[in-house]
Amino acid sequence: MCTTCGCSDGAKATVINLETGKKSDIEAHQDHNHHDHGHDHSHDHDHSHDHSHDHVHAGGGTLTLEQAVLQKNDELAARNRAWFAGREILALNLVSSPGAGKTTLLERTIVDRKDAESFFVVEGDQATANDGERIKAAGAPVVQVNTGTGCHLEADMVARGLQELKPGIGSVVMIENVGNLVCPALFDLGEQAKVVILSVTEGDDKPVKYPHMFQSAEIMILNKIDLLEHVDFDVEKCIENAKAVNPSITVFQLSARTGEGLDAWYQWVADARRSVKESAFA
Amino acid sequence: MHELGITQNIVAIVADHALGKPVSRVTLEIGQLAGVMSDAIRFCFDVVAKGTVVEGATLEIREVPARARCSDCGVEFTQQTLYQPCPCGARNFERLSGEELNVKEFEFAETIQQTAAV
Repeated sequence: MCTTCGCSDGAKATVINLETGKKSDIEAHQDHNHHDHGHDHSHDHDHSHDHSHDHVHAGGGTLTLEQAVLQKNDELAARNRAWFAGREILALNLVSSPGAGKTTLLERTIVDRKDAESFFVVEGDQATANDGERIKAAGAPVVQVNTGTGCHLEADMVARGLQELKPGIGSVVMIENVGNLVCPALFDLGEQAKVVILSVTEGDDKPVKYPHMFQSAEIMILNKIDLLEHVDFDVEKCIENAKAVNPSITVFQLSARTGEGLDAWYQWVADARRSVKESAFA
Repeated sequence: MHELGITQNIVAIVADHALGKPVSRVTLEIGQLAGVMSDAIRFCFDVVAKGTVVEGATLEIREVPARARCSDCGVEFTQQTLYQPCPCGARNFERLSGEELNVKEFEFAETIQQTAAV
């Protein structure tokens, strides 16, 4: 265990490049300076936290920091966002509970739209490359990030994934987050928009149960609508709940299995990709 | 349980700025709608701080109430939930506070304070 911050070696995340089979570790808490370089220069006043040392009260021994706990992640996310913008890439962060159908939606989208879009996928799961293999079989270049004990992707994991993936100019990068409606809401990855997927086999009150996620999402996809006749899910109520939390959320109702309703989603992706291209250096 | 990772960040931020000197108190600012449970942070803090300069430090958490300004009528109001509408009924608002997650400050342990003052 690291003696400075107490972070555990067991928390190591890994990136697997499904194209080459190359597997590499992501340094646990890469954002901690002490892992990357020695203390002799990590406290050099030239970088990020230089301002804070100026606030030591003479006799009090109090250091005022006012530092956001997630600042490192936010900074790395901003870097990812600039990287995407410079390459005119549309990056989407797909979030949902486990089993809502993120991977199935991605597979279907890749297969149906491979002539229209150039897809690259960052797959996040705690363990296994199962989803990565499915995406590869669907025909898109993919890297699998295994978060180990982590319950969400962080910006540095995505950056490492992008290094392997090397998505092309004007492409669409789909980041499939770890199935979890709680933690991924807090961690910006540098995406253009969050797409939250909710399936009708879940509760129609999920938007109000997990408001952080639904408030931070631009799109809600209501998946598995082919099953509506078998469940008690109230579509109207669900959309009402989603709009209560986030009045500007856009909703698509579809079935990734039967293909019903997919065209509106595909159109949105195409339009969003085009607007990224048009807004580059605008 | 993202609170464990967040607590690791908190301890790392303080340890990075403490330059190896023992720390006696850490003050956090957590917004009521930050999506982070103060109790869970407290639970993790002692464990995560163990073996670091932050070990044994008192953790003080200042909760920041959530305030928003209505985009329709301009009134400022307190929010108990992320999506509580304005008293006028409008659901479009700008959040003014309540999502903070900051390390506000920390205090060095007494013995070090004297050497630091030299």
